[in-house]
Amino acid sequence: MSLLPAFLLAEPGRLLHLSFVDVVVIALYFVMVIGIGFYLKGFTKTGEDFFLAGRDMTAWIAGLSFVAANLGSLELMGWAAASYQYGILAAHWYWIGAIPAMLFLGLVMMPFYYISKTHSVPGYLKLRFGEGSRAVSAISFAFMTVLMSGINMYSMALVMKVVLGWDIHFSIWISSLTVAAYVVLGGLLSAIFNEVLQFVMIWLGAMLIPIIGLIETGGWNGMVARIAKNTAAGDYTHLWRTLGSFSDNPMGIHWTGIVLGLGFVISFGYWTTDFLVVQRVLSARDLRSAKMAPIIGASFKMLVPFIVILPGLLGLAVLPEHLVAESAATATTHSYNEVLPLMLARYCGPGLLGLGITALIAGFMSGMAGNVSAFATVWTYDIYRAFFRAQAPDEHYVKIGRWCTLLGVLVSIGTAYLVMQFASIMDYVQALFSFFIAPLFGTVILGMLWKRATPAGGVSGLLAGTLSSIGMWAWVKLDPSAISIIALSPKARDMAENMYRALWSWLICVVVTVAVSYMTKPKPESELTGLVYGCTEIPSERDLKLTQRPIFWGSLVAIVFVVLNLIFW
Amino acid sequence: MHHSGMISIWFFIGLLLVPYGLLTFGAGIYEYMVPSAQTTVLASLHAGIWWGLLILGLGLFWSLRFRPGAGR
Repeated sequence: MSLLPAFLLAEPGRLLHLSFVDVVVIALYFVMVIGIGFYLKGFTKTGEDFFLAGRDMTAWIAGLSFVAANLGSLELMGWAAASYQYGILAAHWYWIGAIPAMLFLGLVMMPFYYISKTHSVPGYLKLRFGEGSRAVSAISFAFMTVLMSGINMYSMALVMKVVLGWDIHFSIWISSLTVAAYVVLGGLLSAIFNEVLQFVMIWLGAMLIPIIGLIETGGWNGMVARIAKNTAAGDYTHLWRTLGSFSDNPMGIHWTGIVLGLGFVISFGYWTTDFLVVQRVLSARDLRSAKMAPIIGASFKMLVPFIVILPGLLGLAVLPEHLVAESAATATTHSYNEVLPLMLARYCGPGLLGLGITALIAGFMSGMAGNVSAFATVWTYDIYRAFFRAQAPDEHYVKIGRWCTLLGVLVSIGTAYLVMQFASIMDYVQALFSFFIAPLFGTVILGMLWKRATPAGGVSGLLAGTLSSIGMWAWVKLDPSAISIIALSPKARDMAENMYRALWSWLICVVVTVAVSYMTKPKPESELTGLVYGCTEIPSERDLKLTQRPIFWGSLVAIVFVVLNLIFW
Repeated sequence: MHHSGMISIWFFIGLLLVPYGLLTFGAGIYEYMVPSAQTTVLASLHAGIWWGLLILGLGLFWSLRFRPGAGR
């Protein structure tokens, strides 16, 4: 007779079987994250504490939390699946699709976010461009964030059902209420503390797969040889050499799409303007820590392919069966999305399996806590305080923030159930989220670096970029042959379309912002102090030792980034 | 700094890793003593034993180094 509770054994055809030790490992994790929430409640008294962790985080804590908030369980499972499907090309999302943008955030943009003392990215837009830009970005961010959180929640629950046989309602309610409890109790402080814990858990739980996998294949060269043998056509182990043509690589993408679409627009849009990640850096205790946090985050981000991409490649090398797309999976075949659980089952016995599953749960929770804490801040400061109640005591906003956290979780749960009924919603909401990222980056970067940009230019550029992105997406949906115009080739696939759509919408945002700005009256320079390059005095770092300067560490990370790309070229 | 007196997050992480290390190590030893019929690939490496020891070591280090009152 099993010692496990019945709700953990809902599905007999599951991929993995947990032992009692594994369940204890998972239960201890839940106890610890809730315990941390209760402990930190005593340190969360003011709005600054609740929404920005008291602006007291060290560079290390802010940096680890910055990268952990992005490491959701779907990130782990999804990119392992992508690397099985597309090979090492998936690593572009961790290297060129992240590192330059993170360094740019730390070294160039952070001084303006930090010196302006803004609580949020929409808050910065309000200071720079006025209420119109703030309203557009705050409302879109708040709703899209909780909707995405719900989609992730449903996907995670589905994974737990397929992999472990867990009841889908049990997974949704237990994991989301746990996140709600610790974020309501300790706000961003609690979210950040738990994200650091979750980051460590993700590494300890997932790192054994590549280690044992490389032992099994006889190292990197052995793995490459096995992949070449198992895949009749296509190059799965080189980053750049197959990107000269849309038809030469499994992703159907050209290097211009990767460099300009992913490496420039999408990556810079996400890492420098998505408040979910930027909020972690705003919690740093001083400007130097705020500049260092993304650099520390970047150095860890560069290593993440070791636990995400490598397991997918190893799956391609060692799994006896051939995995297929989700739509083609049957009762006897597994989909790409199951490559990480299959590798866990291959190498991890009792205890280790519990750690691996805890890593997936930790990934989900860190992502969800990131979503709801950012939602609560934007809703409270940029919507409620801006449009409903401007003058209220600080305690009132903390109370609203706690209620918003709970509301965010409940809306996420509602979205999860909606997606359960209408699966196609998932595609639409994910597309909807992507509409805002690229134009927002255009608006923020012009606002920070060009003092001639005017409030009318900012809001019209943001709207034009967003609407054009929606228009291009709808065009390809209605007429699939339009992809040859959007992505410059009839051979381009969905991924390439996303890259080019982002690039065009960013360009439209920039062109409209510049054109409208030249036709309207700019703000006087006295109103741009602390917000714009050329009007802001940035503290000098000349007195610091070389090893204390963010530019030194940023350069070092940049060199490693270039070397990694050359090694795997 | 109004967060002075707060216990470091690394202490909590250490506190969680100590039982994790013990459980994983214990399960690894049990597998070594009583091998189960359904083994994993490369079970002969006994990953549970050395990975459990590594986690235990990390847990002990962090929980002692960052224990309340130890200072940094």
